[in-house]
Amino acid sequence: MSEFEPKIVAFVCNWCTYAGADLTGTSRIKYAPNVRMIRLPCTGRIDFMLLLKAFDQGADGIIVSGCHPGDCHYTAGNFHARRRWIIFRSALEFLGIDTRRVHFAWVSAAEGAKWAEFVNSVTDEIKKLGPYETYKKAVGAGIE
Amino acid sequence: MLGTFEKMDIERKLLKKDSLDKLFEKIKGSGRRILAPVQKDNMITFEEVSSPGELAQDYVQTTLSAKGAVFPRCEELFSYKFEGKDVKVEERKSEPKPTVIFGLRPCDAASFAVLNSVFSWDYQDSLFKSRLEKTTVISVSCAKADEYCFCTSVGGGPGETKGSDILLTQIESGDYLAEIVTEKGRGIVALAPELFVPAPTEDKERYLVKLPKQFDLKTLNEKLAKNFDNTELWIEQSLRCLGCGACAFVCPACVCFDMQDEANKKGGVRLRCWDSCGFSLFTLHTSGHNPRSAQSQRWRQRVMHKFAYMPERQNFIGCVGCGRCSRLCPVDMNLLEHLKEIVESRD
Amino acid sequence: MEELRKKARELLETGAVKVVIGYGKGSGQNARAVFVRKAEYADKLICDESCVQNLAVYLTKPEVKALGKPAIVAKLPVLRTILQLAAENQIAEGDLVVLGVSPDGKIIDLQNFKAIEDYVAQFPFELTPEQKAEIEKIGKMSLEERWQYWQEQFGRCLKCYACRAACPLCYCSRCLVECNQPQWVPAAPHAIGNLEWHIVRAMHLAGRCTNCGDCERACPVGIQLSLLNLKLAEEVLKNFKTRAGASSKAEYALGNWKEEDKENFIK
Repeated sequence: MSEFEPKIVAFVCNWCTYAGADLTGTSRIKYAPNVRMIRLPCTGRIDFMLLLKAFDQGADGIIVSGCHPGDCHYTAGNFHARRRWIIFRSALEFLGIDTRRVHFAWVSAAEGAKWAEFVNSVTDEIKKLGPYETYKKAVGAGIE
Repeated sequence: MLGTFEKMDIERKLLKKDSLDKLFEKIKGSGRRILAPVQKDNMITFEEVSSPGELAQDYVQTTLSAKGAVFPRCEELFSYKFEGKDVKVEERKSEPKPTVIFGLRPCDAASFAVLNSVFSWDYQDSLFKSRLEKTTVISVSCAKADEYCFCTSVGGGPGETKGSDILLTQIESGDYLAEIVTEKGRGIVALAPELFVPAPTEDKERYLVKLPKQFDLKTLNEKLAKNFDNTELWIEQSLRCLGCGACAFVCPACVCFDMQDEANKKGGVRLRCWDSCGFSLFTLHTSGHNPRSAQSQRWRQRVMHKFAYMPERQNFIGCVGCGRCSRLCPVDMNLLEHLKEIVESRD
Repeated sequence: MEELRKKARELLETGAVKVVIGYGKGSGQNARAVFVRKAEYADKLICDESCVQNLAVYLTKPEVKALGKPAIVAKLPVLRTILQLAAENQIAEGDLVVLGVSPDGKIIDLQNFKAIEDYVAQFPFELTPEQKAEIEKIGKMSLEERWQYWQEQFGRCLKCYACRAACPLCYCSRCLVECNQPQWVPAAPHAIGNLEWHIVRAMHLAGRCTNCGDCERACPVGIQLSLLNLKLAEEVLKNFKTRAGASSKAEYALGNWKEEDKENFIK
C-alpha cells in the first residue's frame, strides 16, 4: 500500500518566506515535496477565506508564513495578519475545523534551513493525521 | 400528483390510529421515503422518519414548509467536465426518490398546485415534474388554528382535500377518517387495504377548526389594482421590513430561484437554490439599474405577485394562508394584517 | 411608558426630530418596530419586556434615513450598538436623539455620546450563565463532536440572510456574498456554502458585534449564531483587551495592532 502523500498548500509572503524558500532551493537542501506554494505580496493580504478555500479544493494541510514581526516589507502587514490569525484560529477551533492541519510561521529570506525544517515537520504531522476526510465529505454535501 | 387536480369521487375509509405503524412499514417497504413533521429543539420541520412515533405532536403548523420535497433549497441541475477545449456535460448523479409526505396541512397540500402552475407554465420543468410525480401527499386536517392562519380567506380550508392524495381527519376515538382523493391515494391504500376499513358516517366538519374568512379576495384584487401607485401605502407597510429572505423561504408557494455555477479548472456544477424578491439585488440589472431599489417596491411586488399577477396569469392565488411568513418574520410583518389594511383602505 | 410618550410628543411637536423609532404593539405577545412621525400617534409607543428588537438596525437603513432626523428608543443593547456605529462613523453626534431606557424601564436623558458611554459603563457586558455554559459545553467537546454540532446547526441554514438583515452592524450596501466576480462566498445553501457564510460573517463582526442577539432571534431555523459571535467577542477581549459598544471612538480591533500582541502558535 503506497504511503499517503498529503497535499499541503502554503500561503507565503513574497519578500520573506518566498525568498527564504528560494534560498532553501539554491542551497540544495532537500525537503518534503508536498507543498504547493502560493505567493502573495504580504501576509497582511492573506484573506482568512483563502485557507478555507484550500481545504475546499482538497488540501490536507495549510501553511501560512511571512516576515518576522518588525521586518514586514510593508511595515505592518504581518501585525495585522497576526491579529487576524489569532481570532480566525479560535473560530476554526470552535467550529470543529482541525487546527492541527493549519500551521503558521515567520520565516525570513535568510532562513532557508528553517523553511525546510518547518515544511518537513508539518508534512510529517499531516501524514500522521491522514487525509482531511471530514472536510472533503462536506464538499458537495447538502445538494440534492 | 398532476392527476390530483382532476375531479374524482372521494372514497371515505377509517384508518385506526394503531394502524399507522403498519402503514408506515408498508410505505417504507414499497421503496418510498416518508417525510413528516419532527420536533427538534423548538422547531418543527419535515424530516425522514420510519415510524409514527417520531412525529411531532400538538402543533398548529410546522416551522418550514414541505416544498423542499419537490423544490429543494439547493439542487444540482447538471455537472460538467473540461476536457481540453471541450466541455462534457453530465446528467444529475441521482434520481429523485419516491416520497410520501405525511402530516401536511391542507394549506400546504394546496401549495403544490401553486408551485406547479409556475413550473409548468411556459416551460415544463422536468426536474420539478419528476419530483412531483414521485411525491404522494397524506395530509392531516386542522383541529386548531392560530391568529396567523387565514386559509379560508384564500380559497382554502382546514379540511380541504385540494392537493392531497389522502386527507386524514382525526375523530373522537383518535382514529382517522381517511378521504382517498386520488389515484395515488388509492395506490397507498393498495399497499395495506386491510388497514382501511369502512368509515362511520360521520361528518368531518365537527372535527375541523372554525376559521372565519378575514377578507374578501375580490375586494383585495380591486384594491390592489387601484393602489399600485399608492407609494405611501407601500412605504408605510414596509418601513420595518429588513429585506431578508425569511418569508419567501418558508413560504410553501414561493418559487423564485437563483442559479449558481460553481466550477474550478477541472469542471463544475450548476445549482438551483431558493431566492427571494425581498433581497435588494433581486432585480439588479447588469447595467447597474435596479427597477426595485426601494424596499417598498419589493414589498409591493411580493403582495402584487401573490394576489394580483398570479391569479391573472396562472389562475392561482400565490398564497395558501399558512401564516408562516408572519410567524417567522423577525420584524412582525403580519401579512394578514397588511392585506386587511389594503382591503379596508379608502379609495 | 407615559414619560416616553410625552418626550416623543414633545420632540415631534417642536420639530426637533422628524421620526421617533420605537416599539409598538405587534402580533400576539410581540412588540414591533414603529416609526412615529406625528405627535398624536405617540401613544402607539410602548416599552416593556416584549420590546427586544435592536432598533439601531434602522439607523443605517436608507428608507428610514429618508424620513429625517430620528429619535430612537434605546435599551442597553441599542445604546451599545449606537456607540459602535458612532465609532465606525456611521452616525455622528447630533444626527439623532437618544431616548435611553434603563433596565427597569425609566427614561434616561442622554444628551451626547459621552453621556451614553458613561451610562453604558455602569453595565459592563457579561455573558449570561446559560451562554457561558453552552460555550463551555462546546469547548469541552472533541474535535469530531464540535464539527458535527456545527454541521448540524449550519445544515439548517437556508441562506435567507435574516441574520445579516437584522444585524445593525451588517450595514454594507453590497455584502461580500452579493459580489459574484468572483463568487467568493458561495451563495448556495449547501454544507460548504453555509459554513463559509457563517465564518465570514462572524469574522467580519469580530471586535464589532455588540452581542445584542438579534441575529439568533431573526433566524427562522434557530441556528445558535449568538454563541459563535459571543465566542469571538470573548477572544477579542482576551487577546486585545477591547470590547465593542463601549466607546464612540474605539478603534477596530482587527484593523489595529500592537507590537506586544502575543500568540502561541506561530513558529
